[in-house]
Amino acid sequence: MSTPPGVVATARMIAARDLRIEWRARVVMNQVIPFAAVTMVLFAFAVDDTGALGRLAPGLVWLTVMFSLLLCAQRAFAIESADGALEALRVAGVDPVGIFLGKAAALAVQLLALAAVMVLAALILYDLDPPAGGVVLLVTSAICATCALAATGTIYAGLAAGVSGRETLLPLLVVPVVSPVLIGATRAVEAALGTGGTAVADGWPWVGLLAVVAVASAVVGALTFGSAIRD
Amino acid sequence: MTTPTTPRSTGTRATRVIGIAAIVMSAWLTLFGLVLSPADVAQGDAVRIMYVHVPSVWLAYLAFIVTAICSVWVLVARGRVPGVDRVAGASAEIGVVFMAVTLVSGMLWGRITWGVYWQWDARLTTTALLFITYIGYLAVRGLDGSPEQRARRSAVVGVVAVAEIPLVHWSVRLWRSLHQEATVLDTDLDVDIDGLMLFTLFVGVIAFTLWFVWFVLHRARVMALAALVEERSLDEALAERAAEVPAGGQN
Amino acid sequence: MESIEFIIGSYLLTFGAIAVVAARMLRRARSLSHRVPDEEKYWL
Repeated sequence: MSTPPGVVATARMIAARDLRIEWRARVVMNQVIPFAAVTMVLFAFAVDDTGALGRLAPGLVWLTVMFSLLLCAQRAFAIESADGALEALRVAGVDPVGIFLGKAAALAVQLLALAAVMVLAALILYDLDPPAGGVVLLVTSAICATCALAATGTIYAGLAAGVSGRETLLPLLVVPVVSPVLIGATRAVEAALGTGGTAVADGWPWVGLLAVVAVASAVVGALTFGSAIRD
Repeated sequence: MTTPTTPRSTGTRATRVIGIAAIVMSAWLTLFGLVLSPADVAQGDAVRIMYVHVPSVWLAYLAFIVTAICSVWVLVARGRVPGVDRVAGASAEIGVVFMAVTLVSGMLWGRITWGVYWQWDARLTTTALLFITYIGYLAVRGLDGSPEQRARRSAVVGVVAVAEIPLVHWSVRLWRSLHQEATVLDTDLDVDIDGLMLFTLFVGVIAFTLWFVWFVLHRARVMALAALVEERSLDEALAERAAEVPAGGQN
Repeated sequence: MESIEFIIGSYLLTFGAIAVVAARMLRRARSLSHRVPDEEKYWL
């Protein structure tokens, strides 16, 4: 038997496989995105004031993305335990760091797509008028935030995979840990969309925060993921 | 009496000494905190809550740091250090209790000093989120699985949780710095600390540290007892089956 | 002393929590200790 592939090769392989599975099954596209979209509509019923909705839009977008993270992260490991694929990789001696990075990357791509749809939905539903020049900030902050969310979600979903009672445990574990991401992403998008009365330039310190959180969660995840998923 | 001695529980001479010292120090703290120490110039009598609030928050954070150190140890040893894992769990349990006590006594203090129970202050918000995080930690400890698996899983949560503390604190502080109306908070630790007040706080910190040691020693031993009981009942069940099979197996 | 109920309340809460947690823990310790022989208790 040949030696197991390196970390980067493993990560690429896992990410490509997860995205291919999603592409075939279209669970995120056909189930999670509609769920998130209807949440955005329900927020309008709850708030019932177009001006307030506009101000709240960034927070609502990221709350929705966070709830969707819980669903997507659960799903990312449900596909593993269904056919014992993760077990097989582990037995074959594949580096858990590679597995972690691959699964987190695939999750980040899905969340980024979801966040894009949600921002678009907010622009249309909540009647926003974003300033020019906010696009770079919007995209950068969304990338950093989804990476941070995906890394945290992957650690905990991997930890809870195959355990009874994980459906209720995962939100309890993930939500407090991702609170810095929610704060940072909300404020950055607020600056990018001009909904909080702040200039676009005010958003950049938040991108710094998001980047630090993303790197920290990725490092902690890479160090601990092997212990989290071992039997 | 048929049994010569009653079975020994989790107490030893050391825990008894620590426990009595903790009780004496707590009585002393109550006397100094409620009666002998003066009211603060800025906070008035509300400062008396600080003498139990600060030591309990100290205990809670001490507990979480001990849990984090033990968690790293468990991860390095790949889960094969049951004693360290028990200390991590015992420490987190007592930390959660004191975190809850801290939050409530802090809210009572806030009601007197700020006029509201809750302020979106970085310290307060971080503490509340941390409280929830360690409730999650205890939930992970309660999951089924082999003892080693449980030790490793909870150690991962212990490490992530402690890494979260500075990030949450930083993000909440950055968030609050945008809101200028938060100046009420300036009163909060600008206490003109006089000697007796400082001494009272010191007594409190010693008393609660003793409580922490006492609780962790006992709780870790209770966990060890529970593990032994589980092991024994499993052994007994196996022995029973082994005794049954040759006798009634072939009929 | 103003707001005395809050101040006394915070002391009662703190020491009450210690007492309740300690009592429950010791009761559990005693009931478990009957089922394990003394020579297996590593702290003795």
